Amino acid sequence: MAKDGIGASVRRKEDQRFITGAASYTDDIDRPGQVYAYFVRSAHAHARINGIDKGEAAAAPGVLAVLTGEDVKASGWGGLICGWMIHSRDGSPMKAGPHPILAQGKARYVGDHVAMVVAESYHQAKDAAELVKVDYQVLPACTSTAGARDPGQPLVHDDIARNTVYEWELGDRSAVDQAIARAAHVTRIDLVNNRLIPNAIEPRAAIAEYDRGSQGFTLYTTSQNPHVARLVIAAFVGVAPEHKLRVIAPDVGGGFGSKIFIYAEECACLLAAKLLQRPVKWTGERSESFLSDAHGRDHVTHAELALDAEGNFTALKVQTTANMGAYLSTFASCVPTYLYATLLAGQYKTPAIYCAVDAVYTNTAPVDAYRGAGRPEATFLLETIVETAAHETGRDPADLRRRNFIPKSAFPYQTPVALQYDTGDYEASLNKALQLADYQNFASRRAASEATGKLRGIGLSCYIEACGIAPSAVVGSLGCGVGLWESAKIRFAHTGVVQVFTGTHSHGQGHETTFAQLIAEKLGVPIANVEVVHGDTEKTPVGMGTYGSRSMAVGGQAIVNAADKIIAKGKKIAAHLLEAAEADIDFTDGSFTVKGTDRAKTIGEVVFAAYVPHKYPEGLEPGMEETAFYDPANFTYPAGAYVCEVEVDPETGVVQIARFVAVDDFGKVINPMIVEGQVHGGLAQGIGQALTENCVYDEAGQLLSASYMDYCMPKADNVPSFQVALTETPCTHNTLGVKGCGEAGAIGSPPAVMNAVTDAIGVRISMPATPEKVWRALQDRRMPQAAE
Amino acid sequence: MASVSMTVNGQAVTRDVEPRTLLVDFLRQHLDLTGTHVGCDTSQCGACVVHMNGQSVKSCTVLALQAEGSQITTIEGLAKNGQLHPMQAAFREHHALQCGFCTPGMIMSAIDLVRRNPNASEEEIRGWLEGNICRCTGYHNIVKAIQAAAVEMRS
Repeated sequence: MAKDGIGASVRRKEDQRFITGAASYTDDIDRPGQVYAYFVRSAHAHARINGIDKGEAAAAPGVLAVLTGEDVKASGWGGLICGWMIHSRDGSPMKAGPHPILAQGKARYVGDHVAMVVAESYHQAKDAAELVKVDYQVLPACTSTAGARDPGQPLVHDDIARNTVYEWELGDRSAVDQAIARAAHVTRIDLVNNRLIPNAIEPRAAIAEYDRGSQGFTLYTTSQNPHVARLVIAAFVGVAPEHKLRVIAPDVGGGFGSKIFIYAEECACLLAAKLLQRPVKWTGERSESFLSDAHGRDHVTHAELALDAEGNFTALKVQTTANMGAYLSTFASCVPTYLYATLLAGQYKTPAIYCAVDAVYTNTAPVDAYRGAGRPEATFLLETIVETAAHETGRDPADLRRRNFIPKSAFPYQTPVALQYDTGDYEASLNKALQLADYQNFASRRAASEATGKLRGIGLSCYIEACGIAPSAVVGSLGCGVGLWESAKIRFAHTGVVQVFTGTHSHGQGHETTFAQLIAEKLGVPIANVEVVHGDTEKTPVGMGTYGSRSMAVGGQAIVNAADKIIAKGKKIAAHLLEAAEADIDFTDGSFTVKGTDRAKTIGEVVFAAYVPHKYPEGLEPGMEETAFYDPANFTYPAGAYVCEVEVDPETGVVQIARFVAVDDFGKVINPMIVEGQVHGGLAQGIGQALTENCVYDEAGQLLSASYMDYCMPKADNVPSFQVALTETPCTHNTLGVKGCGEAGAIGSPPAVMNAVTDAIGVRISMPATPEKVWRALQDRRMPQAAE
Repeated sequence: MASVSMTVNGQAVTRDVEPRTLLVDFLRQHLDLTGTHVGCDTSQCGACVVHMNGQSVKSCTVLALQAEGSQITTIEGLAKNGQLHPMQAAFREHHALQCGFCTPGMIMSAIDLVRRNPNASEEEIRGWLEGNICRCTGYHNIVKAIQAAAVEMRS
């Protein structure tokens, strides 16, 4: 193995620029002649716009343009789209209401884009935005997820009845109903998966430029997937032919899903750039991120788990209402369907599963994929109901899980909810987690806590996720509007240094290092001589971007496949140089060798011969540059077991995480240091959902949690140091054996924390388990006892 | 417009600014020192932390005019003669950054913590970081990096 190849905790190549202030995020870029945009946003959750008086704003100092929905309409440009078609159970297509770039006729949530002011300076644009007079007719708002379909609710889109996007289902309902009727025990729960705001620390930003000469646009933007942005903006918004739009996503300060989507702001900047013939820059303020970044989660669910007398799960029935917000964001529709219901088997061999999902519009910000996307919602539901069933039937939660695990011998395993898991060993992960958590001695730690007046609880969570969402033919059959393959191009230069062009995008994941490790491993080139290039549609082959923990499992495999092409061509050249048969050439550790001899050419020598083909095989193309496109055969299925132990102070309701153990099976691991870092970050986000974070709208649709003073981000003292470990069952359908690690922590941790809280305080409460909620729950439990 | 002078990373600078100009905007827009970031508008995320006369401040909460005559150090001024500051080196060694956006503020804040409390415990480090939000790392490796840098900085 190369010393900086697969499996080495190589320190990150990209870090030098980040730790010295030399990175280049979108807002760090200034273009010559640049002007600034500021958006007028609706202060009302639901209002008819009777008119907009631009006059005073347009006359303010420095103002160059004030644009509204009417101007967008006049330009002939279209609106935003949702790229995944879901059909209701009656066969009808989902109801996608219009999603204009700037509001037309109605504003549908607080923060909706009503007008755009462009001025010579940022302050001039912001000051003038206050002078735009919008004649609002305020309408009653629909803000409740559970109540959105009730008769008499205000309609978010006037012609979409009962605010219903779709009524979708998956699974065999009658088999499930029969199993529930026969069951020895049925556990029933109602639960809410709380709405979250992603909060990448870099706010979204965009700079749009129009070049009259080429009649082409350049868009610098905070995107996880610049090619997808180009496709949507070119083909659906209709800004320009696809090849006339260059999208550059430079350094991006975190995404977590929220920067997958195509937003109104960047499209409006493109329009203003064309109208003004000046580069137009917009940098979001944090308040705007809270209001208008796509939010996450927001499910209301009733679920029933049937068990036989021995504790075997016989059926699971789920009814979920999922809030989509005011408009369907880019991939919103697939999150509570194909990324949710398909995961409801979890790690268990439950033979019958049925899930019905109603997706609803409300007068709130759009909701779309957020770290985990559907899979955290499925895991929270499943691991809550399993733990509840264990308590109701008097079984140890670990034993109940073991009894129902899909056994190691059963793979590949076809679930009743469409997926086929390729590999896994769930018991191995659980056993390791329990051992690291010292599960067997929990009782003594609980007693020690009780001796100091504290309550202690322990909770488990055994999650599964589906990553590397593919193959394209399958996701296409499920309604996805694009293919979900990935691309890579490997380009050697004369001197043997390498550039790797990837269609994925790194915004914290460390691709510049891990992808270079693949080249070191496969081609024997030290990582110092490898540069990974991403984030520019003019430089990289068309690719689908980074989300769904797909970059290594799909994009990494594409790199490996391109490397195999390099090796194949190199063998032809080496055979010629070494005067041997091609079949007799081996390639290892960067050298082409004639089998059984010490005659060899290094890859550097072969590459040089390819570019200076003075002595060269007849008929072979010169050069050393290869491209590969890879479409996987299946999803990958990372899985793991998490154990959380909490201590609760009954006087204050404060929950402290006393220990957190995460054992994950990501298959083969390229860089353990980076993988651990991904797990840590995911755990903090999941713990944030469980203990601190909550997006709250009031009944009028005002966002009450619209700043860091009101939305409690997990801080360093809200989370513990983590104990993380790995088990390994390599993925069977990519040659790397990798599964993906980006989302696991956020998927597996919320139920582990909440099960621990429930165990500590004796009653199940909703997320987040804030001190106030915990304290009140404890008071409510004490009151009847006091009365006795 | 008002004239303001200060020393930034050892260089004397004078510029004319609108009186409402924040120190962070002065650094980013007038001096092109874009390593200092803006992550919020309520002075909570800490992405904008710089040193003013040796102490960490949130540069989004200081007017440029308030920094008149002061010594400012930003992330760009930490490394000396190509040699990383021990805190920078520790952040890389312990994988204490992912997207890098909070990192400059985190590093500047951490240096001030170690200056004030060279033997800070894990609990004290976590408490100090209350004013710096990281969405990527879960703080685990940031705490490790600060502990390691503190050892280096003491020796």
